[in-house]
Amino acid sequence: MALDKPYEDIPGTIIFDAEQSRKGYWLNQFCTSLMKAENRERFKADERTYLDEWPMSEEQKQAVLDRDLNRCMELGGNIYFLARVGATDGKSFQQMAGSMTGMSEEEYRDMMLKGGRPIEGNRYKHEWEDD
Amino acid sequence: MAKITASVYTSHIPAIGVAIDQDKTDEPYWQPLFKGYEFSRQWMQDNTPDAIFLVYNDHATAFSLEIIPTFAIGAAAEFVPADEGWGARPVPKVVGHPELASHIAQSVIQDDFDLTIVNKMEVDHGLTVPLSLMFGQPDAWPCTIVPFAVNVVQYPVPSGQRCFQLGQAIRRALESYDEPLKVQVWGTGGMSHQLQGRRAGLINKEFDQAFLDRLIAEPADLAKMPHIDYVREAGSEGIELVMWLVARGAMSDICGGPAIAVKHRFYHVPASNTAVGHLILENN
Repeated sequence: MALDKPYEDIPGTIIFDAEQSRKGYWLNQFCTSLMKAENRERFKADERTYLDEWPMSEEQKQAVLDRDLNRCMELGGNIYFLARVGATDGKSFQQMAGSMTGMSEEEYRDMMLKGGRPIEGNRYKHEWEDD
Repeated sequence: MAKITASVYTSHIPAIGVAIDQDKTDEPYWQPLFKGYEFSRQWMQDNTPDAIFLVYNDHATAFSLEIIPTFAIGAAAEFVPADEGWGARPVPKVVGHPELASHIAQSVIQDDFDLTIVNKMEVDHGLTVPLSLMFGQPDAWPCTIVPFAVNVVQYPVPSGQRCFQLGQAIRRALESYDEPLKVQVWGTGGMSHQLQGRRAGLINKEFDQAFLDRLIAEPADLAKMPHIDYVREAGSEGIELVMWLVARGAMSDICGGPAIAVKHRFYHVPASNTAVGHLILENN
Protein backbone atom coordinates (compact mmCIF):
# COMPACT_ATOMS: atom_id res chain seq x y z
CA MET A 1 0.00 0.00 0.00
CA ALA A 2 1.37 3.41 -0.93
CA LEU A 3 2.29 5.81 1.83
CA ASP A 4 0.04 8.80 2.34
CA LYS A 5 1.90 11.98 1.40
CA PRO A 6 -0.54 14.83 2.07
CA TYR A 7 2.29 17.35 1.67
CA GLU A 8 2.44 16.77 -2.07
CA ASP A 9 -0.35 19.30 -2.64
CA ILE A 10 1.59 22.21 -1.11
CA PRO A 11 2.70 24.56 -3.90
CA GLY A 12 6.35 25.46 -4.52
CA THR A 13 7.55 22.99 -1.91
CA ILE A 14 9.47 19.72 -1.98
CA ILE A 15 9.42 17.80 1.28
CA PHE A 16 12.69 15.98 1.88
CA ASP A 17 11.31 12.56 2.72
CA ALA A 18 12.93 9.13 2.60
CA GLU A 19 12.31 8.83 -1.15
CA GLN A 20 13.98 12.19 -1.90
CA SER A 21 16.78 11.34 0.51
CA ARG A 22 17.48 8.09 -1.30
CA LYS A 23 17.58 9.87 -4.68
CA GLY A 24 19.83 12.59 -3.36
CA TYR A 25 22.21 10.58 -1.21
CA TRP A 26 25.41 11.31 -3.14
CA LEU A 27 24.41 14.84 -4.05
CA ASN A 28 23.99 15.62 -0.37
CA GLN A 29 27.14 13.74 0.64
CA PHE A 30 29.09 15.80 -1.92
CA CYS A 31 27.64 18.93 -0.26
CA THR A 32 28.75 17.68 3.15
CA SER A 33 32.32 17.33 1.87
CA LEU A 34 32.36 21.13 1.42
CA MET A 35 32.39 21.59 5.18
CA LYS A 36 36.15 21.08 4.99
CA ALA A 37 38.08 24.18 3.92
CA GLU A 38 40.51 22.18 1.75
CA ASN A 39 37.61 20.58 -0.14
CA ARG A 40 36.03 23.98 -0.72
CA GLU A 41 39.32 25.10 -2.26
CA ARG A 42 39.59 22.04 -4.47
CA PHE A 43 35.96 22.44 -5.60
CA LYS A 44 36.43 26.12 -6.41
CA ALA A 45 39.62 25.40 -8.34
CA ASP A 46 37.89 22.90 -10.67
CA GLU A 47 34.23 22.23 -10.01
CA ARG A 48 33.73 19.64 -12.74
CA THR A 49 36.69 17.50 -11.69
CA TYR A 50 35.63 17.62 -8.06
CA LEU A 51 32.05 16.65 -8.93
CA ASP A 52 33.29 13.76 -11.06
CA GLU A 53 34.80 12.19 -7.95
CA TRP A 54 31.23 11.56 -6.71
CA PRO A 55 28.79 8.90 -7.98
CA MET A 56 26.14 11.53 -8.71
CA SER A 57 23.92 11.57 -11.79
CA GLU A 58 24.91 13.86 -14.64
CA GLU A 59 21.70 15.83 -14.00
CA GLN A 60 22.69 16.37 -10.38
CA LYS A 61 26.17 17.52 -11.35
CA GLN A 62 24.77 19.93 -13.95
CA ALA A 63 22.25 21.35 -11.45
CA VAL A 64 25.12 22.05 -9.04
CA LEU A 65 27.23 23.66 -11.77
CA ASP A 66 24.20 25.80 -12.71
CA ARG A 67 23.52 26.61 -9.04
CA ASP A 68 19.91 25.71 -9.85
CA LEU A 69 18.76 24.97 -6.31
CA ASN A 70 15.18 24.14 -7.32
CA ARG A 71 16.50 21.48 -9.69
CA CYS A 72 18.87 20.23 -6.99
CA MET A 73 15.89 19.86 -4.67
CA GLU A 74 13.90 17.93 -7.29
CA LEU A 75 16.86 15.60 -7.71
CA GLY A 76 16.97 14.79 -4.02
CA GLY A 77 18.96 17.67 -2.56
CA ASN A 78 18.11 19.09 0.82
CA ILE A 79 18.47 22.78 1.55
CA TYR A 80 20.67 22.31 4.61
CA PHE A 81 23.09 20.23 2.58
CA LEU A 82 22.88 22.51 -0.47
CA ALA A 83 23.70 25.42 1.83
CA ARG A 84 27.30 24.14 1.82
CA VAL A 85 27.53 25.01 -1.87
CA GLY A 86 26.07 28.43 -1.11
CA ALA A 87 28.53 28.94 1.72
CA THR A 88 31.38 28.02 -0.60
CA ASP A 89 30.10 30.74 -2.95
CA GLY A 90 29.89 33.19 -0.04
CA LYS A 91 26.07 33.35 -0.21
CA SER A 92 23.79 33.86 2.76
CA PHE A 93 20.74 31.70 3.46
CA GLN A 94 18.58 34.62 2.37
CA GLN A 95 20.34 34.81 -0.99
CA MET A 96 19.98 31.05 -1.44
CA ALA A 97 16.31 30.92 -0.50
CA GLY A 98 15.56 33.98 -2.61
CA SER A 99 17.24 32.43 -5.64
CA MET A 100 14.59 29.71 -5.70
CA THR A 101 11.61 32.06 -5.87
CA GLY A 102 12.11 33.66 -9.27
CA MET A 103 12.44 37.03 -7.52
CA SER A 104 15.50 39.26 -7.58
CA GLU A 105 17.62 39.40 -4.43
CA GLU A 106 16.27 42.87 -3.71
CA GLU A 107 12.63 41.94 -4.29
CA TYR A 108 12.96 38.95 -1.98
CA ARG A 109 14.65 40.98 0.74
CA ASP A 110 11.92 43.64 0.47
CA MET A 111 9.21 40.99 0.71
CA MET A 112 10.77 39.66 3.92
CA LEU A 113 11.05 43.17 5.38
CA LYS A 114 7.37 43.69 4.68
CA GLY A 115 6.44 40.57 6.63
CA GLY A 116 7.26 37.75 4.26
CA ARG A 117 5.22 35.76 1.76
CA PRO A 118 1.62 35.64 2.98
CA ILE A 119 -0.06 32.33 3.68
CA GLU A 120 -3.25 33.34 1.88
CA GLY A 121 -3.23 31.81 -1.58
CA ASN A 122 -0.14 29.71 -0.81
CA ARG A 123 -1.54 26.67 0.96
CA TYR A 124 -2.62 24.40 -1.92
CA LYS A 125 -1.35 23.71 -5.41
CA HIS A 126 -4.75 24.48 -6.92
CA GLU A 127 -4.40 28.03 -5.63
CA TRP A 128 -1.40 28.47 -7.93
CA GLU A 129 -3.01 27.03 -11.04
CA ASP A 130 -3.74 30.44 -12.53
CA ASP A 131 0.00 31.28 -12.57
CA MET B 1 17.07 15.59 42.98
CA ALA B 2 17.57 17.89 40.00
CA LYS B 3 14.84 20.42 39.45
CA ILE B 4 13.55 22.04 36.28
CA THR B 5 13.29 25.72 37.09
CA ALA B 6 12.23 27.13 33.74
CA SER B 7 11.94 26.55 30.03
CA VAL B 8 13.13 28.88 27.30
CA TYR B 9 11.96 28.89 23.69
CA THR B 10 13.68 30.70 20.87
CA SER B 11 14.32 30.63 17.15
CA HIS B 12 17.91 29.81 16.20
CA ILE B 13 18.42 31.57 12.86
CA PRO B 14 22.06 31.48 11.67
CA ALA B 15 22.00 35.14 10.52
CA ILE B 16 21.42 36.16 14.17
CA GLY B 17 24.70 34.48 15.04
CA VAL B 18 26.43 36.36 12.23
CA ALA B 19 24.96 39.67 13.48
CA ILE B 20 26.26 39.00 16.99
CA ASP B 21 29.68 37.78 15.85
CA GLN B 22 30.16 40.79 13.55
CA ASP B 23 28.84 43.36 16.08
CA LYS B 24 25.86 44.33 13.94
CA THR B 25 23.25 44.12 16.69
CA ASP B 26 22.74 47.91 16.75
CA GLU B 27 22.04 48.15 13.03
CA PRO B 28 18.47 49.22 12.21
CA TYR B 29 17.68 45.80 10.71
CA TRP B 30 18.71 43.92 13.84
CA GLN B 31 18.04 46.40 16.63
CA PRO B 32 14.33 45.54 17.15
CA LEU B 33 15.17 41.84 17.37
CA PHE B 34 17.90 42.20 19.98
CA LYS B 35 15.74 44.61 21.98
CA GLY B 36 13.31 41.74 22.38
CA TYR B 37 16.04 39.74 24.13
CA GLU B 38 17.20 42.46 26.54
CA PHE B 39 14.87 41.22 29.26
CA SER B 40 16.06 37.68 28.60
CA ARG B 41 19.74 38.53 29.04
CA GLN B 42 19.03 40.08 32.44
CA TRP B 43 16.75 37.20 33.40
CA MET B 44 19.49 34.72 32.44
CA GLN B 45 21.99 36.55 34.67
CA ASP B 46 19.55 36.44 37.57
CA ASN B 47 18.53 32.84 36.94
CA THR B 48 21.64 31.07 35.63
CA PRO B 49 21.03 27.33 36.01
CA ASP B 50 23.60 24.62 36.68
CA ALA B 51 22.74 22.91 33.42
CA ILE B 52 20.68 23.48 30.28
CA PHE B 53 19.02 20.60 28.50
CA LEU B 54 19.09 22.17 25.06
CA VAL B 55 16.74 20.75 22.43
CA TYR B 56 17.77 21.77 18.92
CA ASN B 57 18.24 20.29 15.52
CA ASP B 58 21.43 19.58 13.71
CA HIS B 59 21.41 21.12 10.22
CA ALA B 60 23.28 18.44 8.29
CA THR B 61 26.38 19.28 10.32
CA ALA B 62 27.18 16.52 12.82
CA PHE B 63 24.83 14.13 11.03
CA SER B 64 25.09 13.79 7.27
CA LEU B 65 22.84 11.29 5.50
CA GLU B 66 25.10 8.49 6.75
CA ILE B 67 23.29 8.38 10.08
CA ILE B 68 19.97 10.09 10.86
CA PRO B 69 19.03 9.66 14.53
CA THR B 70 15.54 10.83 15.45
CA PHE B 71 16.55 11.74 19.01
CA ALA B 72 20.25 12.07 19.93
CA ILE B 73 21.57 13.01 23.37
CA GLY B 74 25.07 14.45 23.64
CA ALA B 75 26.93 12.74 26.49
CA ALA B 76 30.43 14.07 25.78
CA ALA B 77 32.47 16.26 28.12
CA GLU B 78 32.64 18.98 25.49
CA PHE B 79 31.27 19.90 22.09
CA VAL B 80 33.13 22.07 19.60
CA PRO B 81 31.28 24.63 17.43
CA ALA B 82 31.31 23.36 13.84
CA ASP B 83 32.52 24.92 10.60
CA GLU B 84 29.24 25.00 8.68
CA GLY B 85 30.88 26.23 5.52
CA TRP B 86 31.53 29.85 6.49
CA GLY B 87 34.17 28.94 9.13
CA ALA B 88 33.34 28.06 12.75
CA ARG B 89 31.53 30.68 14.86
CA PRO B 90 33.90 32.45 17.30
CA VAL B 91 32.02 31.24 20.37
CA PRO B 92 33.19 29.25 23.38
CA LYS B 93 33.20 25.48 23.27
CA VAL B 94 30.18 23.89 24.88
CA VAL B 95 30.93 22.09 28.14
CA GLY B 96 28.68 19.08 28.55
CA HIS B 97 27.49 17.18 31.59
CA PRO B 98 28.27 13.53 30.85
CA GLU B 99 26.92 12.22 34.18
CA LEU B 100 23.59 14.01 33.80
CA ALA B 101 23.31 13.08 30.12
CA SER B 102 24.00 9.40 30.85
CA HIS B 103 21.48 9.42 33.65
CA ILE B 104 18.82 10.96 31.43
CA ALA B 105 19.57 8.48 28.66
CA GLN B 106 19.28 5.52 31.01
CA SER B 107 16.02 6.79 32.49
CA VAL B 108 14.39 7.90 29.26
CA ILE B 109 15.30 4.75 27.31
CA GLN B 110 13.77 2.64 30.07
CA ASP B 111 10.76 4.92 29.73
CA ASP B 112 10.37 3.71 26.10
CA PHE B 113 12.17 6.51 24.22
CA ASP B 114 14.94 4.91 22.21
CA LEU B 115 17.57 7.64 22.19
CA THR B 116 20.82 7.58 20.28
CA ILE B 117 23.74 8.33 22.60
CA VAL B 118 26.42 10.51 21.03
CA ASN B 119 29.84 10.72 22.66
CA LYS B 120 31.51 12.75 19.93
CA MET B 121 29.71 15.55 18.12
CA GLU B 122 30.23 19.05 16.81
CA VAL B 123 27.41 21.51 17.38
CA ASP B 124 26.04 24.00 14.87
CA HIS B 125 24.08 27.26 14.92
CA GLY B 126 20.97 25.43 16.09
CA LEU B 127 22.63 25.12 19.49
CA THR B 128 25.03 28.07 19.60
CA VAL B 129 22.70 30.86 18.41
CA PRO B 130 20.26 30.41 21.34
CA LEU B 131 23.24 30.51 23.74
CA SER B 132 24.46 33.75 22.15
CA LEU B 133 20.98 35.30 22.30
CA MET B 134 20.57 34.50 25.98
CA PHE B 135 24.17 34.94 27.24
CA GLY B 136 25.74 37.42 24.83
CA GLN B 137 29.46 37.00 24.18
CA PRO B 138 31.11 35.59 27.33
CA ASP B 139 34.55 33.96 27.29
CA ALA B 140 32.95 30.76 28.52
CA TRP B 141 29.29 29.69 28.69
CA PRO B 142 28.27 30.07 32.34
CA CYS B 143 26.79 26.59 32.79
CA THR B 144 26.97 23.07 31.48
CA ILE B 145 24.85 22.05 28.51
CA VAL B 146 23.37 18.73 27.47
CA PRO B 147 22.74 18.95 23.70
CA PHE B 148 19.68 17.07 22.51
CA ALA B 149 19.36 16.86 18.74
CA VAL B 150 16.01 16.10 17.10
CA ASN B 151 15.83 15.10 13.44
CA VAL B 152 13.78 17.70 11.61
CA VAL B 153 15.79 17.50 8.39
CA GLN B 154 14.55 14.27 6.84
CA TYR B 155 10.80 13.77 6.90
CA PRO B 156 9.04 12.38 8.82
CA VAL B 157 10.24 14.13 11.92
CA PRO B 158 8.90 12.93 15.29
CA SER B 159 5.32 13.99 15.95
CA GLY B 160 4.43 16.84 18.27
CA GLN B 161 2.78 14.30 20.54
CA ARG B 162 5.96 12.22 20.73
CA CYS B 163 8.04 15.29 21.51
CA PHE B 164 5.59 16.38 24.21
CA GLN B 165 5.67 12.94 25.83
CA LEU B 166 9.46 12.88 25.62
CA GLY B 167 9.57 16.14 27.56
CA GLN B 168 7.57 14.50 30.30
CA ALA B 169 10.00 11.57 30.38
CA ILE B 170 12.91 14.00 30.64
CA ARG B 171 11.28 15.66 33.65
CA ARG B 172 10.92 12.24 35.32
CA ALA B 173 14.57 11.52 34.55
CA LEU B 174 15.76 14.77 36.09
CA GLU B 175 13.69 14.21 39.20
CA SER B 176 15.52 10.95 39.84
CA TYR B 177 18.99 12.52 39.54
CA ASP B 178 20.75 12.58 42.91
CA GLU B 179 22.54 15.89 42.69
CA PRO B 180 20.39 18.97 43.45
CA LEU B 181 20.95 20.69 40.11
CA LYS B 182 18.91 23.56 38.78
CA VAL B 183 18.14 22.72 35.17
CA GLN B 184 16.49 24.66 32.38
CA VAL B 185 15.02 22.95 29.34
CA TRP B 186 15.24 24.92 26.11
CA GLY B 187 13.26 24.31 22.94
CA THR B 188 14.64 26.00 19.84
CA GLY B 189 13.92 26.49 16.13
CA GLY B 190 10.98 27.92 14.23
CA MET B 191 8.87 29.91 13.93
CA SER B 192 7.23 30.00 10.50
CA HIS B 193 9.75 29.82 7.69
CA GLN B 194 10.41 28.11 4.41
CA LEU B 195 13.91 28.09 2.96
CA GLN B 196 13.23 26.26 -0.28
CA GLY B 197 11.28 26.25 -3.52
CA ARG B 198 9.12 28.96 -5.02
CA ARG B 199 7.19 29.28 -1.75
CA ALA B 200 10.37 30.31 0.11
CA GLY B 201 9.90 33.30 2.39
CA LEU B 202 6.56 32.15 3.76
CA ILE B 203 5.65 33.77 7.08
CA ASN B 204 2.39 33.09 8.93
CA LYS B 205 2.07 35.47 11.87
CA GLU B 206 -1.39 34.28 12.76
CA PHE B 207 -0.21 30.68 13.02
CA ASP B 208 2.83 31.68 15.04
CA GLN B 209 0.90 33.78 17.55
CA ALA B 210 -1.69 31.04 17.95
CA PHE B 211 1.14 28.54 18.48
CA LEU B 212 2.58 30.70 21.27
CA ASP B 213 -0.87 31.11 22.87
CA ARG B 214 -1.58 27.40 22.76
CA LEU B 215 1.91 26.37 23.87
CA ILE B 216 1.33 28.39 27.02
CA ALA B 217 -2.31 27.56 27.68
CA GLU B 218 -3.18 24.23 26.04
CA PRO B 219 0.04 22.37 25.19
CA ALA B 220 -1.50 18.90 25.39
CA ASP B 221 -4.01 19.85 22.73
CA LEU B 222 -1.38 21.62 20.62
CA ALA B 223 0.76 18.49 20.72
CA LYS B 224 -1.93 16.68 18.69
CA MET B 225 -1.45 18.96 15.68
CA PRO B 226 -0.41 16.81 12.72
CA HIS B 227 2.75 17.37 10.66
CA ILE B 228 0.85 18.57 7.64
CA ASP B 229 -0.48 21.59 9.54
CA TYR B 230 3.04 22.69 10.42
CA VAL B 231 4.31 22.23 6.89
CA ARG B 232 1.37 23.81 5.11
CA GLU B 233 0.77 26.68 7.55
CA ALA B 234 4.28 27.43 8.89
CA GLY B 235 6.45 26.37 5.95
CA SER B 236 8.62 23.33 5.29
CA GLU B 237 11.16 24.43 7.92
CA GLY B 238 8.46 25.66 10.34
CA ILE B 239 8.15 22.04 11.41
CA GLU B 240 11.11 22.72 13.72
CA LEU B 241 8.46 23.94 16.15
CA VAL B 242 7.79 20.36 17.30
CA MET B 243 10.99 20.78 19.34
CA TRP B 244 9.32 23.43 21.49
CA LEU B 245 6.93 20.74 22.68
CA VAL B 246 9.79 18.76 24.26
CA ALA B 247 10.60 21.72 26.50
CA ARG B 248 6.94 22.40 27.24
CA GLY B 249 6.34 18.75 28.17
CA ALA B 250 9.06 19.00 30.79
CA MET B 251 7.25 21.71 32.78
CA SER B 252 5.65 20.69 36.06
CA ASP B 253 2.10 21.88 35.31
CA ILE B 254 1.84 19.08 32.73
CA CYS B 255 1.88 16.47 35.48
CA GLY B 256 -0.43 18.20 37.93
CA GLY B 257 1.98 20.79 39.38
CA PRO B 258 1.12 24.46 39.89
CA ALA B 259 0.49 26.76 36.93
CA ILE B 260 3.52 28.13 35.13
CA ALA B 261 4.48 31.81 35.01
CA VAL B 262 4.99 33.51 31.65
CA LYS B 263 8.04 35.71 32.27
CA HIS B 264 8.61 36.95 28.74
CA ARG B 265 7.08 36.75 25.28
CA PHE B 266 8.45 38.23 22.08
CA TYR B 267 7.71 37.95 18.38
CA HIS B 268 9.40 39.64 15.44
CA VAL B 269 9.47 39.41 11.64
CA PRO B 270 11.87 39.05 9.90
CA ALA B 271 15.28 37.70 10.72
CA SER B 272 16.63 36.71 7.32
CA ASN B 273 13.91 34.30 6.02
CA THR B 274 12.28 33.60 9.34
CA ALA B 275 9.83 34.71 12.00
CA VAL B 276 11.42 34.95 15.44
CA GLY B 277 9.52 33.70 18.47
CA HIS B 278 10.67 33.68 22.07
CA LEU B 279 9.16 32.67 25.41
CA ILE B 280 10.41 32.24 28.96
CA LEU B 281 8.22 30.09 31.20
CA GLU B 282 9.00 29.48 34.87
CA ASN B 283 7.84 26.67 37.11
CA ASN B 284 6.19 27.89 40.30
